[in-house]
Formats: sequence, C-alpha cells, structure tokens
Amino acid sequence: MAEEVLLFGVWGSPFSRRVEMALKLKGIQYKYFEEDLTNKSPTLLKYNPIHKKIPVLVHNGKPIAESQVILEYIDETWKGYPIFPKDPYERANARFWAKFIDEKCLPGIFNACWGEEKQHENAVKEACELLKHLENEIGEKKYFGGEAIGFLDIVANFIGFWLGIFEEASGTKLLTREEFPKLSNWVGVFVSSSGIKENLPPARDKLIAYFRSQFGTGSTDATK
Amino acid sequence: MAEEVVLLDSWASMFGMRVRVALAEKGIKYEYREEDLKNKSDLLLQMNPVHKKIPVLIHSGKPICESLIIVQYIDEVWNDKSPLLPSDPYKRAQARFWADFVDKKVADAGIKLGSTKGEEHEAAKKQFLEILKTLEEELGEKPYFGGETFGFVDVAFVTFYSWFHTFETFGEFSTEAEHPKIIAWAKRCMQKESVAKTLPDQQKVYEYVLGVTKRSLGE
Repeated sequence: MAEEVLLFGVWGSPFSRRVEMALKLKGIQYKYFEEDLTNKSPTLLKYNPIHKKIPVLVHNGKPIAESQVILEYIDETWKGYPIFPKDPYERANARFWAKFIDEKCLPGIFNACWGEEKQHENAVKEACELLKHLENEIGEKKYFGGEAIGFLDIVANFIGFWLGIFEEASGTKLLTREEFPKLSNWVGVFVSSSGIKENLPPARDKLIAYFRSQFGTGSTDATK
Repeated sequence: MAEEVVLLDSWASMFGMRVRVALAEKGIKYEYREEDLKNKSDLLLQMNPVHKKIPVLIHSGKPICESLIIVQYIDEVWNDKSPLLPSDPYKRAQARFWADFVDKKVADAGIKLGSTKGEEHEAAKKQFLEILKTLEEELGEKPYFGGETFGFVDVAFVTFYSWFHTFETFGEFSTEAEHPKIIAWAKRCMQKESVAKTLPDQQKVYEYVLGVTKRSLGE
C-alpha cells in the first residue's frame, strides 16, 4: 500500500522542526508544505480546525496535531529508531520534562527576552531557575535520552537552538557556560548530531531578524 | 513483589481525581494522603520539587507528577485490565490531543468564571460554553469520548463534572440547558463505580470553593 505522509510546518518553528527531526531519525519520506502564518491555507484549517496551528502531520489522509502528540504517534507507528524509552517510568519522566519545557521554559524564556522592562531582572532570574532544573536533569548524560537522541532531546530543540537565536535577537543572555556547564555541553552535542544538524533552520540571520521584527529588540537596556 | 503505591492529593482537585479514577479502574490498592495545600508536606516538596503540586503518585518510592502523565503511566504499568488508551496509534493520538485540549482549556476558562466581572465575565462565560460546545461535537453520538468504552479523554474531562455546579453558579448558566449531551455523558460515566466513588458531591465542592474565595478576599 502506498503510504502518504504530509507535514504542514513553518521553516523557523521549533515545533514543526521537532516533527522533521523525528521523521528523519526514523527514515520516513514525507512531503513538506510551508505555511504562511499570516495567511493560513484552507488545507491547514481543514486539518487542524481546533487550534489552526502548525505542525500538522497527515498520514494517509488522517491528521494529527500538537508536536508532542505527533512525536508519540511517529514512534508508535514506525519501527526502527526508538524515540521513546521502553521503561514506563522513564517514559513518564521524559513526558514530564517535555511538558515542563513547553509550558514553563518557553514562556519563561520569552518573558526574560521580550517581557516588560521593569520586570526584566525578575524574569531573567526566573528563567535561569527553570534552566537550572534542566541542567540537573541532563546531569552526566550525553543526551536527555541517554546514549542516543530521544523524545526529550527533540522537544528540547528549543533550548538547543532557538534559545541562542532568542538571546541574539533580544540581547539577553541566559544560558552561560559558567552557570550551566552541563546544559551548554548538551547544546553543543545536540546541534552537531546527525539527524539534528541537517534539520535546523538555515539562514540564522534571517531567523534572528524575523524574531526581532515580531517581538522587538529586547527588554535589556543599552548600557548592559 | 511488594509494590507500594501512594497518592499525594487534595480531595477537591479535578486533577487528583483523574488519578483516583484510573487507579480504581485498574483495581489498584494504594495509600491516599490528603495534602493541606496551605501547608504542604515535606514529602510532597521532596517528591515534586519542580512544581510542588498534587497529584503525585509514588510507586515503589519513585514519584510521577502531572495528572495525565500519571494516568498514562498507570495504563502502561497495569496493562492487564481496563485499558484507558486505545491500541491503535491514530486513535491514541486523537485521545492524547483531546486530553491535552481539556488540560489547556477547561480549567483556565473555569477559573475566569469566578474571577471576572462585567464584560470580562460575559466573555469568560462565552468562552467556557464554546469549549463545552467543541467537546460536545467531538463526543458526537458516541457513549464515551473513548468510543464504546470509557477511556483516557473521559478520565481527563469527567472529573470537572464535580465542579459543574461551581462553574454554573459563577458563570450563571446551565450546562443541561446549553449542552445536554455533556450532562448525559457525565451521568453515564457516573454509573461507573470508579467515577461515582471518586467524584465528590458538587455542592460540597462549591462550598469549598466559596470558603477558599472568602479567605483569599479576606487576606
């Protein structure tokens, strides 16, 4: 039976890149559609009427939305490279930290970079506290998944690549080697890993410019 | 093999109730520990240092946090009876999507019903009813969100039923009048022992919320 896999995404989005990383790790052929978020296609709206967001994976005509849900689906549907650990406790742990990254780290980091100026110092302190949890979680492991890239590494792609973009675009530095030696190591290993480095957005300057145009030049003052 | 299962929880929490329903569905014996959320135990702070929240399931000394993650863990470990997630990957993805929808939308919208006035309150009511409408459409003609059997999305959402009287009073609407299929579904779930024995009385929850609200306003 001919298998059809479609992915609706946006070139600069960590969420749609997560799905591409998983598909590439599994060796799955797919057709990619770039969406314009200011003018969403009728197809996207048909496939994700509830949230109207990317990424959406469409497998043999059936849509799946929400990047973490898509990653679980990919791992359950296609054998080969294992994305999730086998042990239920380790799976729960991976899901816990993935949720932490999306629900706490992303907004916390965004706030530190582009929040209100008078709240800036507090926002930076809070963001660093959040990153400290990840520093402790990576510990001495090469990847969050252990010896090989796993679900949590893929979800942490935001920390691995986009955090650096946010820092450059906004002028707020959060992930310093002094404060976060282990997480900094992981970032270096992650972005140079096979399966990941080919799937990071190209045109770094274009991405920085995009975020600056969307969110401003940052909440730090010029004297910092 | 001795397996110790402990649940740190708070009786009125719709999130903690999800875990209690799942444990009951699977027939798992466990020790229930009621937490005083104004005076959290050392054990809770040790077992959930990141969020310091209930529910926390402690299985053979190891903590699992976040209610839907706990429910999935329970389903994977005690996989010999009452499966909560379907076996088909696409159906599992749909179940995860809708449970995530409930998580992202219902609690926040519910809180707004009690904490807003005037125009904001009207908007909050409209938003809450929209969410119920979306869920009602997803349920369709199925007896449960899971299809023919009670499943993951049912567990995720039914615990909010114990808060309906609270939401309806603050929101000034009747779910029965606006979205009767949701009430019919909830009553169907309540016929299951795991749900009936877990969900507290709606009036009791309302009085608890009033007490909490009065205290926080009085501070």
